[in-house]
Amino acid sequence: MTARRRWRQRALYYLPSVAVFVGVILLWEFTVHSGVLPRPSAIIGALTENWSSGRWPLFLAARNTFMEAMIGLVLGSLFGVLWGAAVARWATARDALLPVAIAANAVPIIAFAPIMNNWFGVLNPLSKAAIAAVLVFFPIFINVVRGLAAVDPAAIELMRSYAVSEWVILRKVRIPVALPFFLTGLKVSTTLSLIGAIVAEYFGGSSDVIGRVVVQSASALRWDVSWAAILFGAATGILFYLAIAGAERLLIPWHPSVRGEGPA
Amino acid sequence: MSQTREEPASVVQLRGVDKAFTAGGEVLTAALSGIDLEIRRGEFVSLIGPSGCGKSTLLRIIGDLTQPTAGEVIVNGKSASAARRGREYGIVFQAPVLFDWRRVEDNVRLPLELLGMGRAEREERAGEMLRLVDLTDFARHYPYQLSGGMQQRVAIARALALEPALLLMDEPFGALDEMTRERMNSEVLRIWEKTGTTVVFVTHSIPEAVFLSSRVVVMSHRPGRITHTVEIDLPRPRGLETRELRRYFELVTEVRQQLRGGGAEEDVLAALDQVAAEEGSV
Repeated sequence: MTARRRWRQRALYYLPSVAVFVGVILLWEFTVHSGVLPRPSAIIGALTENWSSGRWPLFLAARNTFMEAMIGLVLGSLFGVLWGAAVARWATARDALLPVAIAANAVPIIAFAPIMNNWFGVLNPLSKAAIAAVLVFFPIFINVVRGLAAVDPAAIELMRSYAVSEWVILRKVRIPVALPFFLTGLKVSTTLSLIGAIVAEYFGGSSDVIGRVVVQSASALRWDVSWAAILFGAATGILFYLAIAGAERLLIPWHPSVRGEGPA
Repeated sequence: MSQTREEPASVVQLRGVDKAFTAGGEVLTAALSGIDLEIRRGEFVSLIGPSGCGKSTLLRIIGDLTQPTAGEVIVNGKSASAARRGREYGIVFQAPVLFDWRRVEDNVRLPLELLGMGRAEREERAGEMLRLVDLTDFARHYPYQLSGGMQQRVAIARALALEPALLLMDEPFGALDEMTRERMNSEVLRIWEKTGTTVVFVTHSIPEAVFLSSRVVVMSHRPGRITHTVEIDLPRPRGLETRELRRYFELVTEVRQQLRGGGAEEDVLAALDQVAAEEGSV
């Protein structure tokens, strides 16, 4: 297949969804006349107006929220990986830690936000990152456990024929096998960590963050700014996701999910 | 690749090897019973028998991947465990067991890497092995880009990378179609003749065993015992025309009859005799 034909196929593939998207935006622009749901053009206007100045500097807010989400993602992943590795490695750890992790997942984590605010201080970004971290923990944990268990027994037997230690087996076999699972968990976690951070912000804290901007502009009846902030949050989430997806292409080019031939 | 060191004449010696699978002290299956086998340096020996006769278990015992319940296992003049720790054998399984995240050449380098061999030597040796299995052009490919037969050739290259005294092959071509399998058989013979490695080859295909081997060891069903040994005196080098020789058909028939001879009824009678003998001796 030539490069040009591949491009054309791709364009044809995306054409319907692009058409629907553009259609909805146009319909919205020319039919909706409401304060709560401003026209797309008004939202874009509010976005450019408040990009870096005014009462609600959106870029700064998005950056601050992203930092909270990022810290939460790193902390949550760290715990998820360590906990998952312990559960995968030791049977006693599995019996003790797996039920706890699953029970913890059933807790409505957002309900912790006021407590975290008191715990870390309402102005401390860590109070928001903590919520993001707890949200992120479970998908990372469960994917790491599954990944570390997904090793072909024959591969272990092969390594035993080379008389190498468990540590070498971990490094040369288990971790590479678990890596795609971990990255899947991480991709899910990017959006989760942003949701966690923004919702935690609703419960109070420094005002230059997406969550506070949405709350305050809404109470000032500036719906266009609220929508612009949400749009900014969405864009941040998409970029975050794409960054991990890009890392995936570099780290596991051999994996069926990346090499683009469907699941093997 | 000639062996220059002083080495014992037999590469594998099994004496009175038993294997029973137990649970809580209770014997569930007597997988192997009273196995005596000696394999000389440079031999190509096939273990053949019905599925569940313990031939794969026997191969794993030689490779020290499972422990016998009783008996003695000597590999390359030392205990099976010492031979494994000395990395004196290579093994090929039914599935290629290649690491998806490593390119073909990196898969072949794996054992060299684990041995701590230097990079330059590693690359040279891996290149040599890929030439041996005729896959030089695919060195930079990932395993998923190769066909099943090619993947298995990579596994063979990896097993031979350490230039082991012994190559263990556990139904390596069982998952391949008949055409590919015959091609792979010729390929294995070519490699064997070139390297002079001793091969123990587990299969349930009679034609494959006869075509490849210098000796075919016939095993019976549960408990797995060696019932016959057939010397394969077909001329070498063997090729496509070998499969058309009259002698080839005679040998295939002989192995088949002996497989049948060690069949169900005789087995039951033998087992009963054994029980009676044991009870008598207590």
